[in-house]
Amino acid sequence: MSPRALLANRRAAVGASILGFFALVALLAPLIAPYSPSDTNSTPMLPMSAKHLLGTTTNGQDIFSQLVWGTRTSLSVGLLTGTMICLVQLVMGVFSGYVGGKADTTLSSVTNVFLVLPTLPLLIVLAAYLQGGSLLVLVGVITITGWAWGARVLRAQAIALRDRPFVEAARISGESRWHIVLAHIVPNMLGIMVANFFGAALFAVLAEAGLEFIGLGDINSVTWGTMLYWAQNSEAMLQGMWVWLLAPGLCILLLGTSLGLLNFAVDEIANPNLRRD
Amino acid sequence: MASALEPVVGTEEIAEAPVLEVRGLTKHYSVGRLGRQKTVHALSDIDLSVEKGEVLGLVGESGSGKTTFIRTVLQLDRPTAGEIRVQGGEALPKRPSSRRLREHRRQVQMIFQDPYSSLDSLHTVRYSVTRPLRAFGIVPRRAEREAVEELFTQVGLVPAGAFLDRHPYQLSGGQRQRVGVARALAARPALILADEPTSMLDVSIRLSIMNLLLDLQRSKALSLVFVTHDLAGAYYMSDRIAIMYAGHLLEVGPSSEVMGEPRHPYTQLLRRAAPDPEGHFDRDTQFEAQGDPPDLTSLPAGCPFAPRCPFVRDECQTALPEWREIGARHRVRCVLYGPASDGHPGTAPA
Amino acid sequence: MLEIDELTVAYGWPGRPLVPAVRDVNLTVDAGEVVGIAGESGCGKTTLALAATGLLDPPGRVLSGSVRYQGTDLVSLSPEERRALRLSEISMVFQASMNVLNPVMRIRDQFLDGMAAHGVRSSEEARARAEETFDLVKIPRRYFDAYPHQLSGGMRQRAVIALALVLRPKLLFLDEPTTALDVVVQRSILQSLNDLRHELGFGVVFITHDLSLLVEIADRIAIMYAGAVVEEAAARDLYKKPCHPYTRSLMSAFPPIGGARQRLESISGQPPDMRHLPAGCSFAPRCPEVIAGTCERLDPPSIRVDGGQVVVCHLYSEKEARIG
Repeated sequence: MSPRALLANRRAAVGASILGFFALVALLAPLIAPYSPSDTNSTPMLPMSAKHLLGTTTNGQDIFSQLVWGTRTSLSVGLLTGTMICLVQLVMGVFSGYVGGKADTTLSSVTNVFLVLPTLPLLIVLAAYLQGGSLLVLVGVITITGWAWGARVLRAQAIALRDRPFVEAARISGESRWHIVLAHIVPNMLGIMVANFFGAALFAVLAEAGLEFIGLGDINSVTWGTMLYWAQNSEAMLQGMWVWLLAPGLCILLLGTSLGLLNFAVDEIANPNLRRD
Repeated sequence: MASALEPVVGTEEIAEAPVLEVRGLTKHYSVGRLGRQKTVHALSDIDLSVEKGEVLGLVGESGSGKTTFIRTVLQLDRPTAGEIRVQGGEALPKRPSSRRLREHRRQVQMIFQDPYSSLDSLHTVRYSVTRPLRAFGIVPRRAEREAVEELFTQVGLVPAGAFLDRHPYQLSGGQRQRVGVARALAARPALILADEPTSMLDVSIRLSIMNLLLDLQRSKALSLVFVTHDLAGAYYMSDRIAIMYAGHLLEVGPSSEVMGEPRHPYTQLLRRAAPDPEGHFDRDTQFEAQGDPPDLTSLPAGCPFAPRCPFVRDECQTALPEWREIGARHRVRCVLYGPASDGHPGTAPA
Repeated sequence: MLEIDELTVAYGWPGRPLVPAVRDVNLTVDAGEVVGIAGESGCGKTTLALAATGLLDPPGRVLSGSVRYQGTDLVSLSPEERRALRLSEISMVFQASMNVLNPVMRIRDQFLDGMAAHGVRSSEEARARAEETFDLVKIPRRYFDAYPHQLSGGMRQRAVIALALVLRPKLLFLDEPTTALDVVVQRSILQSLNDLRHELGFGVVFITHDLSLLVEIADRIAIMYAGAVVEEAAARDLYKKPCHPYTRSLMSAFPPIGGARQRLESISGQPPDMRHLPAGCSFAPRCPEVIAGTCERLDPPSIRVDGGQVVVCHLYSEKEARIG
């Protein structure tokens, strides 16, 4: 599965472009944003203008700067959480599936328990319970609720791979279990793992935005989700400040879409049966 | 240009401990869903030993248990019962630790049947051969490359340097299988179990791989268990041949005797069924083989071959026959050969 | 009965040069005869069978030559005419065809379908004929109403053979019919086939890589290498006196099953890539008896050696003596 294959796929190209765009914005935030996002010195509730591209909030903060700085946080939290989820899935899914036996039975029972718990209520309950929500708490909460489904998929694939002759040959060659998982199992299911990562990151971005929107995130941080929270709290729609809601909402939508597209695209590349174009 | 193949090991008593000694090896496993489970008797009570420097051909049709034998000896699957001893050491424990397993596999290695799926296509062939060198601590790291080149040369992949960084898909089936042989040799084992190493290769390549195994076996005084369903291949390769049927061992003896004058009725059946341009030129002699292949989930009591045996007696169906010695290192599990047998059955034609 | 004359078949994909598969092959099959074709994978034997039975689909094409069945050139017929001949006159059993049976159809339906396509309308008659064939092939009649997965591999292969024989063709092509089967089952099936041949009198073209098997069951054998026939002889003669170096190496791949154990020498290398065939004899790069300067430049002649054996090799001359 090469980078070239990735770019040749239309879905991947679109998804990667959007993601790349956001990454660039996040990296160059200090250069792009005209104001500091927490700076409340501007006149509040200004409409879109040359000085304030997206207007200002009810507190006098520049919405455009907030959006740009928020990109950095939203993106990094989303990708970080996605990574954490994948690490948990590596142990609970891939490793468990490979080793089999009692360890697998135990670990997959745990997975099944988490699968059964309803995600949304669990997210909300955990986030509310662990108050003082810093972003790291958010990462933790989303990871705990989001790993189970993908772990099941990865476990199934690992089980299929474990019986392949080259894996058995690695056992006979004296390789340790973890070495086999990392050197043979994972690379041979890389397509699924990458697609799974994008799926996890998508879940993370949406969960993060969702939790922040209902105020369970760190309301003092600047992310797209908290922008939505503040906009909602300040009754932005009633005041005609639709940009304040639309801008971060659109960004969440676009980032989510890009991750979703990449998820499908990698799935397609890894599994030729799914290819359509 | 042909030269006679002399057996390395004579038929007199052997002073050293056997390289592999297996007693009562049994493997059962369940299939099917809850409530409708059946037990597959893949291996039943196998007693077998392999001497140093010998080639043992393990012959059987599909379902005979020959692959299960390899898998349980190497602990890819855990046996249900039985003892496995390598080079006269301690028997393998029921649940060997990973250290014990590694020690075991340093002495007993395997060559897989399918050269197309037994090498990880995402790694170079050099990687696949280096791993056992490292895992078993055969050479220090800085000497690994040289060791791999040496192994490649020994298995005929020359010039070795050119092959090091290739991936399996860049090699032919025969070349891949040679890599598999190199990988097995890397551990410097005392015994190699080869699971039908030529059956998935093109016909003209088979002989070169068989010759390679014979040459290596001789030059390194290795023992080799050559598992196959092909009688001709087994005869060419092996000093001794063991015949398996439905998870049971039925006859074991020197190749020339087992093929030349098969004793067990099943061996006789195999021998008659195998293509033999030397022997039968009369197409019209009748070949009768009654009965169906055995069902490993419902084996009959007694001898598993009884339902199909032309010489079956009542006693065959009540209990498994005892092993009867009928010559130097030649034994048969059949009632036709009485305890004081001179090697020829009472009423059965030779 | 069947005369293949200088048949050349190639595979052509758009935008790429033609890849030859069968080159100038001559072969005859007389009524009731068993002709064996031996060779490794890629030598063209399956393509030859497909072309001869009219089953060759694009991108395969017959470039030249003819396949005359009882006088009629099959190559020149239309697909409908060829289909009419199939099953009723010339029939074929493919490689691993036990997997060719439709797993969701009962065996009897597959038979009735095939027969209806050839005008046997009445299902009672069709069933009677099919069951009769089952008896001949030694399958218990009760399997007629079963699904393919309920039969063992050997039984399925017999069923496919029965399907091929149900309309009593005069010529049967078999492509590796027993390769995937155990040796005892294989021998039983071949025995049944032989009995059937005596009873029904059809001719057989038996394609396989297992030369030791062919020597036992064939009347005549043709050895193919890189799309061409390199040697053809009566089975017994071929075994006793293989002339072509490739034949000898193919034989050594099947060591004897008795007698003194002797080491056989193998040849190195692989069959050539059909897209880049060497000039001259295609076996020259691997031949242990190659004549430098001749074999790689000139196409080897077809020489008739005593007793009706034909070998395509520079080592032999018209004087029926070996040169070089």
